[in-house]
Amino acid sequence: MTEKTWIGKPVKRVEDARLLTGRGAYIDDHPPVANLFHAAIVRSPHAHARILGYDVAGARALAGVAGVITGEDVARHTRPFAVGVTAPVHYYCAATDKARFVGEPVAVVVATSRYVAEDAADLVRVHYEPLPAVVDPERALEPGAPVLHEAVGSNLANHRRLVYGDPDRAFAEADVVIRERFRFPKYGSTPIETYGIVARWDALDGVCTVWSNFMGPFIMHPLTARVLGLPENRLRFIVPPDIGGSFGIKSLIYPYIALVALASKLTGVAVKWIEDRREHLLASSTGTDRIAYRELAAKKDGTILGMRFRWLDNVGGYIRSPEPGCSFRPTGNFVGPYRFQHLEVDASTVMTNKCLTGPNRGYACGHLYFETEGMVDRLAATLGLDPAEVRRRNLIPASAMPYRSPTGGLYDSGDYPTAFEKALDLAKYAGLRREQAKARAAGRYFGIGLALAVDPSVSNMGYVATALDPQFRAKPEYLPKSGAVDSATVKVDPLGRVIAILGTTPQGQGHQTVVSQIVADELGLIPEDVTVVDEMDTFTRVWSISSGTYSSRFGSVGTSAVALAARKLKAKLVEYAAHLMDIPAAELEFRDGAVRRKTGKGPSYTVKDLAGRAHWNTDSLPEGMEPGLQATAVFGFTVARAVDAEDRVNSSNTYGFIAEVMAVEVDPETAAITIVKYVTVHDAGTIINPMIAEGQIYGGALHGLGGALYEELQYDEDGQCLTGTFMDYLVPTASEAPTIDIAHVESPSPLTPLGSKGLGESSSMTVPAVIANAVSDALAPLGIRITELPMTPSRLHALIKKARAT
Amino acid sequence: MKPAQFDYHAPTSVDEALALLQRYAGDAKILAGGQSLVPLLNFRLSRPAALVDLNRIPALAYIKEEGGQVRLGAMTRQRTIEFSPVVKERLPLLGEATRWVGHLPIRTRGTIGGSIAHADPSAEYPAVLTALAGEVVARGPKGERVIAAKDLFQTYLTTSLGADEILVEVRIPAMPAGAGYALEEFARRHGDFAIVGIAAMIVRQGPRCTVARLATAGAGPVPLRLRAAEEILERDGLGEAAIEAAARRAAELVSPDGDIHASADYRRHLTGVLTKRAITRALGVARG
Repeated sequence: MTEKTWIGKPVKRVEDARLLTGRGAYIDDHPPVANLFHAAIVRSPHAHARILGYDVAGARALAGVAGVITGEDVARHTRPFAVGVTAPVHYYCAATDKARFVGEPVAVVVATSRYVAEDAADLVRVHYEPLPAVVDPERALEPGAPVLHEAVGSNLANHRRLVYGDPDRAFAEADVVIRERFRFPKYGSTPIETYGIVARWDALDGVCTVWSNFMGPFIMHPLTARVLGLPENRLRFIVPPDIGGSFGIKSLIYPYIALVALASKLTGVAVKWIEDRREHLLASSTGTDRIAYRELAAKKDGTILGMRFRWLDNVGGYIRSPEPGCSFRPTGNFVGPYRFQHLEVDASTVMTNKCLTGPNRGYACGHLYFETEGMVDRLAATLGLDPAEVRRRNLIPASAMPYRSPTGGLYDSGDYPTAFEKALDLAKYAGLRREQAKARAAGRYFGIGLALAVDPSVSNMGYVATALDPQFRAKPEYLPKSGAVDSATVKVDPLGRVIAILGTTPQGQGHQTVVSQIVADELGLIPEDVTVVDEMDTFTRVWSISSGTYSSRFGSVGTSAVALAARKLKAKLVEYAAHLMDIPAAELEFRDGAVRRKTGKGPSYTVKDLAGRAHWNTDSLPEGMEPGLQATAVFGFTVARAVDAEDRVNSSNTYGFIAEVMAVEVDPETAAITIVKYVTVHDAGTIINPMIAEGQIYGGALHGLGGALYEELQYDEDGQCLTGTFMDYLVPTASEAPTIDIAHVESPSPLTPLGSKGLGESSSMTVPAVIANAVSDALAPLGIRITELPMTPSRLHALIKKARAT
Repeated sequence: MKPAQFDYHAPTSVDEALALLQRYAGDAKILAGGQSLVPLLNFRLSRPAALVDLNRIPALAYIKEEGGQVRLGAMTRQRTIEFSPVVKERLPLLGEATRWVGHLPIRTRGTIGGSIAHADPSAEYPAVLTALAGEVVARGPKGERVIAAKDLFQTYLTTSLGADEILVEVRIPAMPAGAGYALEEFARRHGDFAIVGIAAMIVRQGPRCTVARLATAGAGPVPLRLRAAEEILERDGLGEAAIEAAARRAAELVSPDGDIHASADYRRHLTGVLTKRAITRALGVARG
């Protein structure tokens, strides 16, 4: 049993002094090698064009240019990246035959400075044959639409129809069936720090070292090694101590790692590339834009019997791994917090001439819950029931935990009804409804939205195979995939202080603080006694395919590895003390910072006592005990299994819960939305540091607000990006942040040593739903229901005008 | 996002700056606060042969009252205007408008001359200059000339200033004592350029409106004085019906363009809504 002196306390972040005084160590701060050259990337101005040739003589002739790499070099010296589907999509780290979106890399210039490199990039002539473009996923599937990948034959990158239970019967037996079409926008994360890479390909030892703000998943390491034709132990990834935010987006840096590594190989110099903001907005990564057709079958009393999802997820010019996770990442929690057993999912992944996609905070869950929670509100309206009551009637009860969802998810713990009621109480829901009645009587547009979500954390990478046909997965040569693994090493120095070494890649989450809390509790120390090292290096750290800091992993996997490593070490200390005290280890325990008898008085040994003796005098160790005081633990979830023949998969490993209530007022004249009240209740199991947890929730909520109200990567019909600067791509700022009332319910996970679950994505997945429901409720007197995000004032005005005209 | 190569000059007098402009014969850009120009350079959308930086000409930064006008040196920072007692006393509409200009760091660098010469039709200062019938002083090789607001703004980001001229001073008639004023603006986020903004000044005598001044931001390629709407108030007074009529007229007077932030229809609609709100709020603070 761990004594919780530090876990659960709002311990101040040890990172902040460094970060707030400008002493963070980011990729752009410190050149890791001397004589760095700088890369500028030439990008396609066309959404869709055949590349006929290159003229790089002018660029090569410019003083200071070390070399120019084109698509021809890429095709000659690299392989395409493996993709997550069987369609023959050849995705190289730069365009080779055609450019398929505006901003796609077509060449790289390496020069003595970024200025010279950009001057030279201006001189690179690429001869294009422009082709018709397509940006809308429905239009892309129509006959006669321009086809991006001739080898695929159409723009459909993947299609799966998943059936759970008997949805046809559920719909046949339903009293009411609700149908709706939704559209979810394409938006990203815009971390303050953009992508950054330094690559040095050493021709002598054959090792390519890449320093970058890569965050995992580490599956991308072997994939990149294969692309570059390197054995994995000749490709070294090093991540600096600090990464300036990611929110999923930086997992898609890997094609650039291959491109910059190739540039280093071919020019023979170390090459640095820092993505600028324009490049980031044009060509980093976003979530998908999705068109969803939803159907819901229910009984008159509001009991949901089943649902049908039909999705068209737009992954842009190439389907890039880990897509089509955009459809399948939430497989285990497709049904959310509701009890219904019958579901049909028809998921199409479509390629169009837009920038590529990948995980974006809440990966696919923002889409999922925007649709589902919108449908539940429509059900309530159809039946004349209170939306809170309809939800109550469908929630999975606490007694059903742990709960196996019909799609294979194992909801490890939770008390959804209690958390929901807590949110309603905090928001004074009944009072809000009275306020609404008054406002409506006065002709004002006041609305209340609810949203509930199962918050999945620590994806089991096996979910990706849900994209593949079960018959394909059944072939003997197919290798199943599963896993969710992180490691940690804890070592004690001769004076009893601790160094904890992580295999994670923090992007600002406060790993150092959290780990110091955990180790302090496990070993009876104070957090200041613990130094945490988190500079990932694939040559020196313990890691596996599914390692990395993504998918809200750290609060669950990383912390578990730390706790287990500390416990291993503690067991060794007890054993050592038993030897010194000549008392059986079974009679001893680690308590109040020392090894002592479980009962009664007697001698005790602190960590410091034991550490000094063990290090200085190995003769004092019991026979057979390994010298040194260190322990490494690799934590992996045993519930992470491969997808089964019925397409069921436990797609994540821990599942939290979110319940939100929001009240808004809409000004019908300007169409401005004012958030009057916003309550969010989270159950992420044991909260290790409530201050950090709150920060995650604030950030997640604001991120969700971005997608709901402000952010969308927009394209015209020809595929030109219209949002290439921060004047056009609007990210919410502190001024747009609403007051957020946060509360927690703690249902510890039985699967992790500390009971903790991930919380990093949090309200990013619920805010689009809750605010859309609130605005729909506000505008219900006009018959308006929100089906499309972002709800810009101009779009909302058009809806209001149309409603008033009819 | 690195600019193409350019020469950089930091003259210490206007004459020196003018000589440099002549030397580059139209291929030099004037750098004031740099809040719009520097991004254009970094995107390589603007590739001047030289920058002529006015930041080291102290004689261009001042605020004074003269001849019934408030005169502001072109290099006066927005942040200085925000806290100027003269502006607060004699041009409160300009003071209110300043708080809508970008964010604090932007206002710390941005200048009134730069904002007006850049002529973004969604910006606040051009709207105020237009509403209050101000003028600017341009100095060129042939000396100084005064350009009225209505003759200054030609279309998006385009003025009647010559390539060899420098906007050196902004002159705005002091507002009559007791005048009501308001700047109503709608933007998607705090600090953004306006989707639509309305600058308003009202001078009243009891129920009568002796002077009404209304101008737009964001409702077309240039800031537009809404004279026909002003006339309704000056003729029919400040009752609810007159204000409604003026607001309707305002919406008819503009011909906005649509972009990704707002449709033309929405901008026209907002022009009416904000005109009404601006007049109403101006009325609330008017004395007389």
